[in-house]
Amino acid sequence: MKAHLNRRYHFSASHRLHTEAYDAAKNYAVFGKCNNPHGHGHNYTVQVTLSGQVDPSTGMVCNLAELDAFAQTNLLARFDHMNLNTLDCFANTVSTTENLSIEIYRIFQRFPSAHLEHVHVEETSNNSFDYAGSETPMPGTI
Amino acid sequence: MIFLTRKAEFSSAHFYWVEAWSPEENLRVFGKCANRNGHGHNYTLEVTVAGSVDPTSGFVVDLKELKDILEREVVSIYDHRHLNLEVPEFRATIPTTENIAIAIWQRLDNKIPHAKLHRVRVYEMPDLFADYYGER
Repeated sequence: MKAHLNRRYHFSASHRLHTEAYDAAKNYAVFGKCNNPHGHGHNYTVQVTLSGQVDPSTGMVCNLAELDAFAQTNLLARFDHMNLNTLDCFANTVSTTENLSIEIYRIFQRFPSAHLEHVHVEETSNNSFDYAGSETPMPGTI
Repeated sequence: MIFLTRKAEFSSAHFYWVEAWSPEENLRVFGKCANRNGHGHNYTLEVTVAGSVDPTSGFVVDLKELKDILEREVVSIYDHRHLNLEVPEFRATIPTTENIAIAIWQRLDNKIPHAKLHRVRVYEMPDLFADYYGER
């Protein structure tokens, strides 16, 4: 039987919303305080949803220890206590949580043991973003 | 179509173990979850049903009735019990979060009047939860 597994991870990082395509005045007009020159930070929460057949022996969609180890290596070690703007993935894109969600989706797409359904990223308790890799509705989404 | 979600909570013990495997293999796959003395969680169950709003009552389902169904079919059987030892569906099936979601679906399917079961979500912890939509 096919089930969905959801796992949440937490990391803290700084960023600054800024693009070289705009001048200083327009950057501030568009990004407001998120454009302040020295950056600011958030406690991010990442929720990944993976699907697959429940293994009849283990009762699992995938081994949680394997998923956690993958997240530690590919998500947390890369992003936790880092300045997002200094990372290669944001060399040419603004470090908005939309773009962060897309990058995190790409990361978990490489997890070999289950199918990635979507990622949900909370920047603050009031702002969250979802990415399912396409324009189609997320499976099971209501 | 409106979706309505009702929460319930239960606290249970469990452990993960496959009898056909050696103790070493169980420990390798399940880690600390393979401790045969068991451990426990405060589980949160979210049951989402889908249906039409009754034009008179304004309800999809009567929430009190749904609460009573969850209590009768799930909470009274799982709460303050050892899932492996005391709940029949887990005598031969490991009570992982995925399997608990599937088992609760099977307990609730066709038991909720006037609405269709849409999703069973089981939180083992706030950072770990499984969803089952009745898919084969």
